[in-house]
This record gives sequence, structure tokens and C-alpha cells, in this order.
Amino acid sequence: MSQSPSLNTWSDALSGFHLGWFPLGLVIVAAIPLVFIALYALTYGVYGERKISAFMQDRLGPMEVGKWGILQTLADILKLLQKEDIVPTAADKFLFVIGPLVMFVGSFLAFAVLPFGPAFIGADLNVGLFYAIGIVALEVVGILASGWGSNNKWALYGAVRSVAQIVSYEIPASMALLCGAMMSGTLSMQQFSVLQSGPYGFAHFYLFNNPIAWLPFIIYFIASLAETNRAPFDIPEAESELVAGFFTEYTGMKFAMFFLAEYGSMFMVSAVISIVFLGGWNSPLPNIGGFALNDLTNGPVWGAFWIIMKGFFFIFVQMWLRWTLPRLRVDQLMYLCWKVLTPFAFVAFVLTAIWEIYK
Amino acid sequence: MSEYFSNIRIGATTIATGLAITLRHFFNAIHRKGDAGIDDADYFKQVDGLCTLQYPREAVPTPALGRYRLYNDIDDCIGCGQCERACPIECITIETIKTTADDLAACGKTSQGQQKRMWVPVFDIDVAKCMTCGICVSVCPTECLVHTPVSDFSEFDVRNMIYHFGNLSNIEAEAKKKKLAEQQAQAAKEKAAAAAAAAASGTAPAPAAKPPADEAGE
Repeated sequence: MSQSPSLNTWSDALSGFHLGWFPLGLVIVAAIPLVFIALYALTYGVYGERKISAFMQDRLGPMEVGKWGILQTLADILKLLQKEDIVPTAADKFLFVIGPLVMFVGSFLAFAVLPFGPAFIGADLNVGLFYAIGIVALEVVGILASGWGSNNKWALYGAVRSVAQIVSYEIPASMALLCGAMMSGTLSMQQFSVLQSGPYGFAHFYLFNNPIAWLPFIIYFIASLAETNRAPFDIPEAESELVAGFFTEYTGMKFAMFFLAEYGSMFMVSAVISIVFLGGWNSPLPNIGGFALNDLTNGPVWGAFWIIMKGFFFIFVQMWLRWTLPRLRVDQLMYLCWKVLTPFAFVAFVLTAIWEIYK
Repeated sequence: MSEYFSNIRIGATTIATGLAITLRHFFNAIHRKGDAGIDDADYFKQVDGLCTLQYPREAVPTPALGRYRLYNDIDDCIGCGQCERACPIECITIETIKTTADDLAACGKTSQGQQKRMWVPVFDIDVAKCMTCGICVSVCPTECLVHTPVSDFSEFDVRNMIYHFGNLSNIEAEAKKKKLAEQQAQAAKEKAAAAAAAAASGTAPAPAAKPPADEAGE
């Protein structure tokens, strides 16, 4: 894969910036996704989800703190900061403390290969997609550590369920992404987007220019819900039966870490699905005749806008599903994974291979 | 095998139906659900739109004849104490002082023209206890005790839930009590004197001499 000269210019320039011996630029490159996660989790993640869920249920949502309740999240953070940081006496101290850290780090590390537009990516690995799938699975370790370390039966049940669920759903998710990799012939996140760019906007996206792509697209979307423990696959934190699942015993900022990790991986899977199937940072608007809408809406800044908007759209769909569907039972969850998604993922895999050979 | 595929088909269609419903509600959140009450014919037709009332600023009006907080119009109260006796949970406390003859005008009449014969220095209703059964209201002869439509009267201190409706201050009540006691003593003295005079004249029959002796005993 030859890299076009305009790719990664901003992040390359930034990472070359040193302050004396200190690689300040690299720190900034790493800090940008972190700030992004925090800002998006505060605004769209928490406040947006509360408002969206409220509107879907004919409610108003937070209305008291600030106009339309805009400052509600800040009030929540203030509350979380003031809360006592309790480590239960019976807990395994080491695992209890390290659980939320591992989980957040696992979710954050995946952002290293997430291209925020054509000019910015943390690390343009040639195995970017593989790395993203692999590193997100690190969350399982954090969940198991916190669930086991809490020494609480609900937490342990939540952790066990979560591990079973995430490990199972890795298979259809990876198979579905493999279909995407076959379509592009690369695993580099930037190359995915480069290969889907063109003058006709959305028509170049794999979802629309490949007749089979909708199947792995849907499979990956369903599996990604399960991997991020979102409803209807939220049995690891099923409120009605497990109190709060694996983070039952957590308070204050440790609890906030779980929240950030959840919202971080929500954006990550949404970004991955938009990169693999929906052209990443490419503008979906086509050039119409002489009116070069596509050329106008592409570029480093527009790229960041498009990928974030695509990610937000899928997060909206995740929220939408969450407030529509009831929670699956454990056996239904496993049925869906092993008997529906996995066979269909293999079918999609074979069909994609045939299409790629004979198209 | 066909069941397997029909399950998937049913799953997909039901999910799509559910998603359509929630999305419709999401987009309907720009307007409020109508204000039609249960009496209106189209009450069940207005299913879409926000239904939250932001309580302290907006509230569903309480029904006109709803039973909420008790209120006693003390100007109409004759101090009969029937409500106190009727109350199943004893949340009403009444103390009364008989009105002396010269105070009857000051004590006044009820709005229906009935002469009041009691001062009511204490008429306390513990609304925290009140279960709004309405028995006290039904026994009240002057219809001065009513349930008002006020439904929100929470307090930080439960002692503030005792409502005082008495029409005399403590000092006034003391004065009235003293006045009544004096007058009663005066009356007793006069009666005793009259009885003594009657006994002295010897015209009174023997049984008639009995009651003054009783009063003296008290």
C-alpha cells in the first residue's frame, strides 16, 4: 500500500515535535483522543443519552440544572468527585483497584488506530483493524478483575456473564470485519477510508457498492452491541437482577472510569463500523454534475467532522435500540451468537470471498 | 429449519416495529401531549408527545370536590366538638370556653345566623395524621370544616403540620376563662343565697333544698 502524501500530515508533524528531550508532540497526539472521549462522554454520552431516552419515553429528561438541564452532567461529576472512594474490606484490593483501570485503558488504547480525519491518526498500523479488535478484548480482563476482586456474588455473576458474552461475540464480530478486510485487501484503518473515497461520495462506501456488505454490516453491529455490554445485551449489568453487575461495589471516580470506558468503546465500535463499511472520514455527499459537493466537504477538518458524525449516528442507533428492546436472557444471548450470527457470518465470509474473486 | 428462519424473520420484523414506535415518540417529543382530561372524549387519542409536568411550575389541577388539606373556617365554628369525636384517628383537638351572656354579641353569629355560644381557643388539626376520610366534614353542623383542593403542603418539621385554627390568643383565652369562672361563681353564690333565702322563709319544699347543697359540694 502506497501512502498518499497528504495522509497523516498533522499527526506526523505533531509527533515530531519535541520539547528538549521530551516528546511533547506524542503526548499531545495521545491526549487528543482522551480529551475527545471525555468531552463526548460528558455531552453526547451522558446528557444526550438521558435526553434521547427521555424523549423516546415521552419524558423531558434533566431540566433543572441550567437551561434544559445542560449542566446536569457537571453536577453529576461534582457528586462523583465528592463521593467516598470505598474499597470493601473483603475485596481483593489489587484486582479491585486495577479492574477499572484495565478496562479504561483497554477501551482507550483502541483509539490509537482511529483516524480522526485523513490528517490525524494516533498510529497508522498496517494491522490497525486487527489491533483494534484485539485491544478492545482487553476490557474482558478488566471486567473479570473487577467482578472477581469485588468479592460480591452479583459482581462475580456480572463478570462471568460479561466474559462469556464478549468472548462469544468476538467470533461473529471478527468474521464480519474480516469480510470488510477482504473487500479492501488491507487492515490499515487509513487505507480503508482511502479505498472508499471517490467523487460519488456514499456510492463508494462498501455498504453501498458491494451487494453482500449489508450482511456483515448488520452482524458486526449486533455483535458490537454485545461487546460493549449495551442493551439488549446488557445482562452483565442487568439492574433488575444483578444490582449493577460487575461494578456493583464501585463508587466515585472508579465508577466514573467504567462509565468512560463504556462510552469510549461505544464510540470505538461505532467508528470501526463506519470506517469498515461506511467510508470513515469520507464525505457521503456526491459530486453532482459541476457542483463538486464531495470535493468541498472533504479535507482534514471535514474528515474529523464526518467520522465523528458517523460515530455519533451509530451511537444514536445503539441508544435507540437500548430504549426499544428488552434485555435478552443468557440462553437467548448465546443462541443468537452461536446459532444465528456465527453461521451467518461464515455465509457472509464465503459470499464476500466469491464476490471479491469474480466481480 | 423453517422455524429457524421464521424466528429470524419474526425477530427482525418485531425489532423494526419497536424501533419505529420509539423513533416516532422521539420525534414527537417536540410537542406536548394535549391537556385533555379524562372527561374529554379525545382523551385516549392524544397518545403522542411529552407528558411530563414540571411539577412545582406546572401541576394537574386537583378536582373541585377533591379531599385534600382540611380547613376550618373558625368564624363559622360553634365549637360543638362533633368533628373531634367523629375523627377515627384523633387528629383534631378542640378546647372550648362557654361564652358569658354579655359576650354573646362579641362572640357573634355564624354566616347562617346561628348564635355561637362557645369560644374556641384551641382548634388544632394534625394534617400529618389526617387521612382525608371526610367523616369530620360530614358531621359538621355548620359546614365550617372543609377539605380544600390544596394538595401540596409538605413541611421540613413535622410539628409544622399541626394547623392552629383557634380564635383566641392565650391571653384572651385566660381572660375568658377567668371571666366565665367568676360569673359561674357569682351565679352559684346568687343561687346559694336564693336557696338560703328560700330555706329561711320556709316556703320551699324539702326536695328543692337539695340542688344548692350539691352545688356547694362542688
